[in-house]
Amino acid sequence: MRLTVNGTEHEVDVEEDMPLLWVLRDELGITGPKYGCGIAQCGACTVHIDGIAARSCQTFAGDVAGAEITTIEGLGTPDALHAVQAAWIEHQVAQCGYCQAGQIMQAADLLSVTPEPSDDDIDQAMGGNLCRCGTYTRIRAAIHTAAANLRGA
Amino acid sequence: MSRAGKIARRTFLIGSAAIAGGVAFGIYAVRRPHDNPLADGLAEGEATFNPWVKISSDGITLITPHVDVGQGVASAQALLIAEEMDLDMDQFQISFGRPAAAYYNTALAAEAVPFMATDEGRAAETMRSVMNAAMKVMGMQTTGGSTTIPDSFDKLRQAGAVARETLKLAAAQQEGVDVAALRTEGGAVILPDGRALPYTDLAEVAATIEPVAEVALRDPSDWRLIGQPIPRLDMVAKSTGTQDFGIDLRVDGMVHAAVRINPRQGGEMLGFEASAAREMRGVVDVLEIPGGIAVIADNTWRAMRAADAVEIEWGPAPYPAEQDAHWDALSNSFTDDKLDQTWRDDGDVESALDGAETIEAEYRSPYVAHAPLEPLNALIRVDPEGVEVWTGHQMPRLVQTIVGRITGHDADQVTLHNQFTGGSFGHRLELEYLKHAAHIARQLPGTPVKLTYSREEDFAHDFPRHIAMGRGRGSVANGQVQAMDLAIAAPSVMASQLSRADLPVVGPDLQIAAGAWNNPYALPHYRMRAYRAAELAPVSSWRAVGSPGAGFVFDSFLDELIHAAGADPLEERIRLMDHQVSRQVLERVGEIANWTGPRGDGQGRGVAFVESFGVPFAQIIDVTATDRGIRIDHVFASCDAGTIVDPVNFESQVQGGIVWALGHAMNCEITYSDGMAEQSNYHAHEGMRIWQVPQITLQALQNNSQIRGLGEPMVPPAAPALANAIFAATGQRIREMPFNRHIDFI
Repeated sequence: MRLTVNGTEHEVDVEEDMPLLWVLRDELGITGPKYGCGIAQCGACTVHIDGIAARSCQTFAGDVAGAEITTIEGLGTPDALHAVQAAWIEHQVAQCGYCQAGQIMQAADLLSVTPEPSDDDIDQAMGGNLCRCGTYTRIRAAIHTAAANLRGA
Repeated sequence: MSRAGKIARRTFLIGSAAIAGGVAFGIYAVRRPHDNPLADGLAEGEATFNPWVKISSDGITLITPHVDVGQGVASAQALLIAEEMDLDMDQFQISFGRPAAAYYNTALAAEAVPFMATDEGRAAETMRSVMNAAMKVMGMQTTGGSTTIPDSFDKLRQAGAVARETLKLAAAQQEGVDVAALRTEGGAVILPDGRALPYTDLAEVAATIEPVAEVALRDPSDWRLIGQPIPRLDMVAKSTGTQDFGIDLRVDGMVHAAVRINPRQGGEMLGFEASAAREMRGVVDVLEIPGGIAVIADNTWRAMRAADAVEIEWGPAPYPAEQDAHWDALSNSFTDDKLDQTWRDDGDVESALDGAETIEAEYRSPYVAHAPLEPLNALIRVDPEGVEVWTGHQMPRLVQTIVGRITGHDADQVTLHNQFTGGSFGHRLELEYLKHAAHIARQLPGTPVKLTYSREEDFAHDFPRHIAMGRGRGSVANGQVQAMDLAIAAPSVMASQLSRADLPVVGPDLQIAAGAWNNPYALPHYRMRAYRAAELAPVSSWRAVGSPGAGFVFDSFLDELIHAAGADPLEERIRLMDHQVSRQVLERVGEIANWTGPRGDGQGRGVAFVESFGVPFAQIIDVTATDRGIRIDHVFASCDAGTIVDPVNFESQVQGGIVWALGHAMNCEITYSDGMAEQSNYHAHEGMRIWQVPQITLQALQNNSQIRGLGEPMVPPAAPALANAIFAATGQRIREMPFNRHIDFI
């Protein structure tokens, strides 16, 4: 099947029911999306499918052939940061960093829908993303900063 | 291994006073410096001055041997070297280096001796020095016990200063000028005429001279980096998906492995049927390993799916199958023959309680999983001449020993490439996953194998925090706390953990009592006895180890006594405190919270104080009892860990550690049924979600004469502060974690 990831088309020969997460990680070597729980409890595997945040561990490869898939690597790079990534760095959010790709993808999705989120909006949108290090205080602050910067841009 | 090393290995004790440093090892072994591991394989023109600094014409590499499990120590270690070397933070590469005795932990000894952190007396200092000698002779390279900063603070600044002075000497030789006329700045030696000679241009000359031995460290007033908000070196990579963790690594020819090991931990595998799994797509092989099976496949998901398809008959657990029996074992352990140690016996508790009206209470602290978000994994390749292992681990030299023993290699034939890890909280001290990986890879010589635990396998084999039960009896008089008689029963976490490393443990286990015996209060009558239950489910060091359980018991019961006395919870703690630095911490937390008492009528404030890892730590928590459950509104925190190296990371650690502690106290436990952990994933062991996170206000003091680490000390006071706040708000005293067994949270 053909998958479009970060603007590049890939031909992959995998089972229809292989989770997108494992196609990305093991077949395509795109390792920004992380395996944390495998049952949509942690959000570390979050990617965008046609611009909307989704858990790639619960998304069958066969269901996203032809869709536009974006991973953290496609959101921004160290040399060309997305506003959410820049805010994450400004607020020094990450500790171990393992959940942060998922957190950032979820936050970018929130801001694309809700440019000026309240704390309640943030809590609702980010509630499915687990951070074992407990960086939530800084995640909240970084989302507000990213929102302000995106609105000002 | 050297003779001294063998003696050290045999006699190494944690928590025992039976060791005799210089006597056991010989003064020569203790004084002799370890070899510099960077000196091996140095290329032409490359210079190294000590085990932490290497320079070539291409660049500067700083070795940060404490592994970064998220606590930010890669940056902090590099910063300490860079401070003295006059390097900017973008002028070097960092590496965790190769495991080496030279990286032995100089601060671990202080955590392993049975003396209070506040005890600076001769016996305590002697024991610390003796234990440190043991750590050195054994070359105990360890990340843990909140020791990275105390281990590194002087040592790495010294390493940076030696490098700086040696580079100045090289410049003086090369340019024919007096070394006293030189200074350093921005990674270069500055000549009297203002020209800058980059260190990298001096490597070749520096490589030919002996490192300077005597150096002076900078005065704190001259620090450029220490105490400043310096961005962490890993932050950009961790915000862009470009940080490689062990689970992300790929090498040519690699196969993927998934395991299923008896979920009744330590139990046998009686038989298995793998014919269906063998037929599944991508499956290369199904291997038997001790206690279970491994599936080898061309993709992680295929390996895990096939592992699930193997039918396996498991043997029974070598511990009680049902949780109730674990609690019964503790309940029956408060007996003279199980007394591990009487840690405090101040005043005369028996007389004080004789005939007095007593307050009595019993507390429970459950098994809790570490469950860092990156599941355990290891990439390993076994060849006849050696083994390569890529994994993140807190005890790198032990990895070499344990893996080599299985693959038939000497420890020094095992190369460990230590990795950044997606959390640990003590999980990356464990060795079982590496034993599995080694047992797999030895059956596939020459083939790199990446073993990835499924989340379910990780939960089943978490080796959780030990359970503990506390019983308190106490009395009050004239509005003051008079007497406290506290007993805590628990299995020995140290015995369980070190048994899996084949290391012996002798003497009492400090961790049964840690958090309860060592708080520097002067109660008129205080006895603290630790009872050692038989080993139950295998357990391991969980962030702050014994202190979250025993600290919960101690501070909760103190709060009950203060309430019975009718005293103010904060004022009475301050009155009883017998340690100036700790008293200031209590006073400060009261100031930032604007403390006026515990409140009531649905609004509650609780205070708690627990010292752990040498850090006095106080928290005040505000809660509101709503019709949807308890809401945690605000946490005020103060502590004193001495000099703060990195104020931003310090604040991050405290915020995150409080969220960690409260989340687990609210809703996390591991329980056993049919010998297996009943919790298999985060839905059943959730911790705190973002909508539950309170405002957190921190003001740290820096009066402590000893510099301390902040990986753990914020954890122990959080649960009792929350329980005390809930009591203030509702009148309900919760004596068992997790609290959601007794009350709902929003």
